[in-house]
Amino acid sequence: MSTSWPLWEVFVRGKRGLNHVHVGSLHAPDAEMALRNARDVYTRRNEGVSIWVVPATEITASSPDEKDPFFAPAGDKVYRHPTFYAIPEDVPHL
Amino acid sequence: MADDLELRFERTVRSESRIEPRDWMPDGYRKTLIRQIAQHAHSEIIGMQPEGNWISRAPSLRRKAILLAKVQDEAGHGLYLYSATETLGADREDLTVKLIEGRQKYSSIFNYPTLTFADVGVIGWLVDGAAICNQVPLCRTSYGPYARAMIRICKEESFHQRQGYELLMTMMSGTQQQRDMVQDSVNRWWWPALMMFGPPDAESTNTEQSMAWRIKRDTNDELRQKFVNMSMPQAEKLGVTFPDPELKWNEERGEYDFGQPDWDEFWQVVKGGGVCNEQRIAHRRKAHEDGAWVRDAAAAHAQKHARKEGAA
Repeated sequence: MSTSWPLWEVFVRGKRGLNHVHVGSLHAPDAEMALRNARDVYTRRNEGVSIWVVPATEITASSPDEKDPFFAPAGDKVYRHPTFYAIPEDVPHL
Repeated sequence: MADDLELRFERTVRSESRIEPRDWMPDGYRKTLIRQIAQHAHSEIIGMQPEGNWISRAPSLRRKAILLAKVQDEAGHGLYLYSATETLGADREDLTVKLIEGRQKYSSIFNYPTLTFADVGVIGWLVDGAAICNQVPLCRTSYGPYARAMIRICKEESFHQRQGYELLMTMMSGTQQQRDMVQDSVNRWWWPALMMFGPPDAESTNTEQSMAWRIKRDTNDELRQKFVNMSMPQAEKLGVTFPDPELKWNEERGEYDFGQPDWDEFWQVVKGGGVCNEQRIAHRRKAHEDGAWVRDAAAAHAQKHARKEGAA
């Protein structure tokens, strides 16, 4: 028996103006079939106007194990947020 | 170190946050999820058969188009769920083989035959209605990919249930023969639908741990009660009765009292003794084996093109 088809991750743009969002995965022999299968599996009710398929093996992900140190640089930089700055209430448009 | 991971896992579950695929999780959690999600996926795939039985004999083009869309949805639901099991390290091919070799189960409801077209309506109304009761709480299950799949599925199940009820309303406004057909179908499906929630809590071996892990959110008996409460007013409106002499409103509890299904029958069907067990698996096996050449041809085509592109 043959080996099974490769796994593809599917991303759908719900409507113009929105990002593509990951919706799930599927098996297909090649990219073109992956797109067609994605249309049938993930957009049967007008859920999308555009689809990306990406071979699952091509995705590099941050590891949850290094979660704390990896995202730590953003943790202590409260000055990156607008609420860090105290501005008198009577200053308009700021 | 291991304690640390376990602590983080438990904290995540307790705080109603979600466990995601690459998080550390206890082996038992992973195994329970694969078993439960695979069983659910198999149910969707096998569930195409009882209704698929009526596609070629649907009484109108409208009903045929609806039934086709519904059966296609069941296939889609199976695929969402298989996709969720793969995030846990399960292998799709392996799950298919386990199903057709009878090593993994699917919902016993699909081992009952669809004798008349009214069964299409009753399956939508009661079987999908029971499935919705089971599935809505699973939208909050602790494993992220499973919860997300359930959200998609629940949205689509709503169409399934409404088309079933509408079909039955149409038949109930027809001839006496059609009304009798609906009542007969309800009589046959009521008890199996109640069995869909699983054995009584006292006998359910998986419930306690699954509740602690928040894989499962309500007990079998709680969901069964909820389903009865929901279904009674719908039956009255439709003009049919359920075949249970003990079924009556309990003022004190504010809920319906009802009788217990025949649990011996339930276990008999689970163990393979239902009317259609063999037929369902044989059909699935045939579809898998007959489709082998298509899978091989598509893979060969893809390989050829990959080689061409590599050479160019």
